[in-house]
Amino acid sequence: MKKLSARRRHPLAAVVVLLLALAATGGLYAAFAPAGKAQADDTAQSLAIDEGKKLYSVGCASCHGTGGQGTTDGPSLVGVGSAAVDFQVGTGRMPAQQPGAQVPKKPVIYDQAQIDQLAAYVASLGAGPITPTESQVDPSGADVAKGGELFRTNCAQCHNFTGKGGALTDGKYAPNLEGVSPKHIYEAMQTGPQAMPSFPDSTMPEQEKKDIIAYIKTVNGDETASPGGLSLGGLGPVSEGLFGWIFGLGGLIAIAVWVAAHTAKAKKS
Amino acid sequence: MSTVTDTKRKAPAGERVADWADGRLGIYGLAKANMRKIFPDHWSFMLGEICLYSFIIIILTGVYLTLFFDPSMSEVVYHGSYEPMQGIQMSAAYASTLDISFDIRGGLLVRQIHHWAAVIFLAGMFVHMFRVFFTGAYRKPREINWLFGFLLFVLGMFTGFTGYSLPDDLLSGTGVRFTQGAILSMPIVGTYISMFMFGGEFPGTDIIPRFYSVHILLLPGIMLGLVVAHLILVFFHKHTQFAGPGKTNKNVVGMPLLPVYMAKAGGFFFLVFGFIAAIAAIATINPIWGIGPYRPDQVSTGAQPDWYMGFAEGFVRVMPGWEINLWGHTLVLGVLIPLVLFGVVLGALALYPFIESWITGDKREHHILDKPRNAPTRTALGVAWVTIYFVMLIGGGNDIWATHFHLSLNAISWFVRIAFFAGPVLAFIVTRRICLGLQRRDKEKVLHGRESGTIKRLPHGEFVEIHEPLGPEARYALTAHEQYEPLEVGPTVDENGVERKPSALQKLRARLSRSYYGEGNQIPKPTAEEYKEITSGHGHH
Amino acid sequence: MSSQEIPEEGLPAEQDTAHGAVKVADDPFADPGLPAHKPRIQDIDERAAKRSERTVALMFTLSMLATVGFIASYVIFPVDKIVFIWPIGHVSALHFSLGLTLGAALFLIGAGAVHWARTLMSDVEVADDRHPIEATPEVKAKVLADFADGARESAIGRRKLIRNTMFGALALVPLSGVVLLRDLGPLPEEKLRKTLWAKGKQLVNMNTNQPLRPEDVTVGSLTFAMPEGLEEDAHDFQTQIAKAALMIVRIEPDDIKDKQSREWGHEGIVAFSKICTHVGCPISLYEQQTHHVLCPCHQSTFDLSDGARVIFGPAGHPLPQLRIGVNSEGNLEALGDFAEPVGPAFWERG
Repeated sequence: MKKLSARRRHPLAAVVVLLLALAATGGLYAAFAPAGKAQADDTAQSLAIDEGKKLYSVGCASCHGTGGQGTTDGPSLVGVGSAAVDFQVGTGRMPAQQPGAQVPKKPVIYDQAQIDQLAAYVASLGAGPITPTESQVDPSGADVAKGGELFRTNCAQCHNFTGKGGALTDGKYAPNLEGVSPKHIYEAMQTGPQAMPSFPDSTMPEQEKKDIIAYIKTVNGDETASPGGLSLGGLGPVSEGLFGWIFGLGGLIAIAVWVAAHTAKAKKS
Repeated sequence: MSTVTDTKRKAPAGERVADWADGRLGIYGLAKANMRKIFPDHWSFMLGEICLYSFIIIILTGVYLTLFFDPSMSEVVYHGSYEPMQGIQMSAAYASTLDISFDIRGGLLVRQIHHWAAVIFLAGMFVHMFRVFFTGAYRKPREINWLFGFLLFVLGMFTGFTGYSLPDDLLSGTGVRFTQGAILSMPIVGTYISMFMFGGEFPGTDIIPRFYSVHILLLPGIMLGLVVAHLILVFFHKHTQFAGPGKTNKNVVGMPLLPVYMAKAGGFFFLVFGFIAAIAAIATINPIWGIGPYRPDQVSTGAQPDWYMGFAEGFVRVMPGWEINLWGHTLVLGVLIPLVLFGVVLGALALYPFIESWITGDKREHHILDKPRNAPTRTALGVAWVTIYFVMLIGGGNDIWATHFHLSLNAISWFVRIAFFAGPVLAFIVTRRICLGLQRRDKEKVLHGRESGTIKRLPHGEFVEIHEPLGPEARYALTAHEQYEPLEVGPTVDENGVERKPSALQKLRARLSRSYYGEGNQIPKPTAEEYKEITSGHGHH
Repeated sequence: MSSQEIPEEGLPAEQDTAHGAVKVADDPFADPGLPAHKPRIQDIDERAAKRSERTVALMFTLSMLATVGFIASYVIFPVDKIVFIWPIGHVSALHFSLGLTLGAALFLIGAGAVHWARTLMSDVEVADDRHPIEATPEVKAKVLADFADGARESAIGRRKLIRNTMFGALALVPLSGVVLLRDLGPLPEEKLRKTLWAKGKQLVNMNTNQPLRPEDVTVGSLTFAMPEGLEEDAHDFQTQIAKAALMIVRIEPDDIKDKQSREWGHEGIVAFSKICTHVGCPISLYEQQTHHVLCPCHQSTFDLSDGARVIFGPAGHPLPQLRIGVNSEGNLEALGDFAEPVGPAFWERG
């Protein structure tokens, strides 16, 4: 185990992980791609809707209404589409625990199959954005630089230059995008969860969404290089100023105390 | 002539060089006065050195950066080695900063040393200035040096601002945009100044080259002159010292420049440089590659200036949006008032020494420093000022505090609005009380001695803590400070029975003097009689 | 203390600090004078002094090694090599090694020098006298007399014509410098009032560079547009986009409270200037549920469903709205320029 964790930091480890991940992604895709088609099968679809409805009435109906029409506690789900459900439930935001300025990200309580069933049920209430496929959200081969430009035009105003998040009005906030899966980023752009506006394909085509995802993964991932050392949260001058005061000036004052202090005297001469 | 050749033959090489220089520069005269100059030892006297050395570091690294930086706003398409910017259109200034960061070996290190040193330079000046303030070191004869230091701080802010704007990145460009908006708010001349400054409409293509010449030439040139003047005055006035045995207003006690301070101060330069280099190795500052090139239609959240402009940012952020439209003109109070406050708050600091010396009427030289507690009103005013400053600094980063402490942005803005008025008042009252408490404790200590921690049981069973009397050194140090009497307006009738009316200014002065030195605003020092009575009469309770 | 001994008017009795150690013997608060110097271990123990010497020499030696390390790092590490250093993260190997070796090389010189000073150089405290800064009355009288002589010899007081014309000349000559600054920039004229928008200009999506169609813009979405014909590589792109940047949202027409705002839009699609009216940041933190848009710079908040009215923060007036319609090709187009200047307010704005 110890050896493994030591090697984990090897420069080649990233390459190995990447290869494994690519192989796994490819394998999974091969396994599930035909299944996707099979889901078009009417009976399977209606089965999923039935299962989803059951899950819905237990977990969601109290706020969103028994038929998804919405109540004072939750908005109508008619027409939000499966992508919205996949995002909200898949990131743990739904079911919401308590009212507040904004529903935060939490540990996910449903498995992906259940989420898909819920999504199928909600999608059946009215047409809306559909959960994207693996290939739709796969950022490999995307134009990172173009993604960066799009990100700065469309996203950075709320999510910060490299997606570290930021404040909105009255306690709302745009979350940090680190570690968010490409699919969920894609769905968020597509559906506009909570305060976030949507960026539909009509104004931001699929390829551009991929570019943006590729940019986020490049500048705000676990492996993102910070060539100059600690990134200090990537928040800009506030954290830099704090660091400069506390560690920079603080350290120098500590040194000054040493320089100016009287040297220890011999006890008794 | 013959004697000169005689010594030349005998003297060692070093002396001959010194002779040569003395014949042209008179260095022996200078050295006689300064070589064994005495400097007192106290860590807080080295804060100014931190500033001086970081200034030198900034100049050294800055010169290096100019070798690679291209201060041009002409648009280029990036093809350097930073992948996520490939093919992006940007200004040559931004592209060359990317090159410094990614393609020039050690360029990133020098850039980061430069920027960290700037952050520390300003923080150092702030702390140095308040060391001087709280110890009253700005009093006569050092008022002019206080102003020089103040100017250095203000010029440092603007040098910093023009410097971090040079890379023409999205964050600093937003700051320049703010500056332009603020200039526009100035009545009558705003639009003209903006057009002249930017060579036309914002952003145009002139502002970076212009900032460049201001940043590398104009401001640092003035600052260098001020630094030299500041140091000459420090040498000329000789350093202040804290009260203590053997330390009087007429001497300075410490160790000589040669060799001790040559080694300590010289060594400290290397310590500061080495430490900042290590910080630059460890922590990123201003990663412009992640920020992107400036475009006036793009922005990022968390748009803050570097810390020293943060308090101005705070004023701007929490100001209500007042705007007056009259007779076809707009008075943009929402921006103008913060601009004025920025000047007023800083200006108050510059003027304070003159105000205080007017209140005290004291025209003597002061070389013994005050302990902050012994000048409660001054200390309280200083803390009130610092409170305003830091409240506004919080305001300037309100969005970052909001996200990191899960608070509402609007609530923080409201907090800052209220704290701007209430904070300094509260800080003033609390600080003065603490100072007076400490004065009382000093008096206790002098009269009754130091609590030894040894508990003694008296014959009748009572436990008492033994108070050890202070030695003469400690007694002296705790009583050496001066205490002013409050000024009186004086009799309203003079000796000839003629009524004299004190002017409003005199009355104000008397009132201020009372609030500085009046009853309850300082604790009278123990007198020799009090001391003798207690020590002779076993006055322990 | 010399001549300034006697303070003016109500100045308090002076304290005894200035009088130093010369004091009545029975004053309990008298200055006992400089304490006697106590030797350090190094002063009395040669072995301790030797240890200090070795420590200092070791620091200087390590500094030399660090400089060698610096040069070696410069040569060894390629500029783009990234390594993982716990706990800092994925850093540039070159940057990190250069910084640490340079830091060590400098720091050790300083530490060595200071250790030397602290342990081996004399630490006897000595007192140096201060002298009053003010000149003695004799010096002052001499200087004033010299000045009077000089002034008299120049005849500046007598020949007033020379004096006055000289002052005039000196006062005027800096004007040339001020005049030279005139060409720093053009006059404002109408520049701040006009943008590239004009009647018939199509709204071009900044993402796709294609004209926007009303059906592209869904409720709850956020889109940015620029006027057709503006190219990113045009020489004045930055200056034009700084005024023309447009933010487009679609709100259910019934939710739009401001009647004019609704009419200036198209079926609930409303187009506002992206440039904040406070100091000009591109404002666009749009919260689609409340239709509030927040400025990331100074937190001015505008309600897009109510004519972009200011509801919080330092902005003084609403975001200007661009009047839009649909042209014959079914694309969104401007029906004119903004009715008022975009961006920050200024004196002549009115």
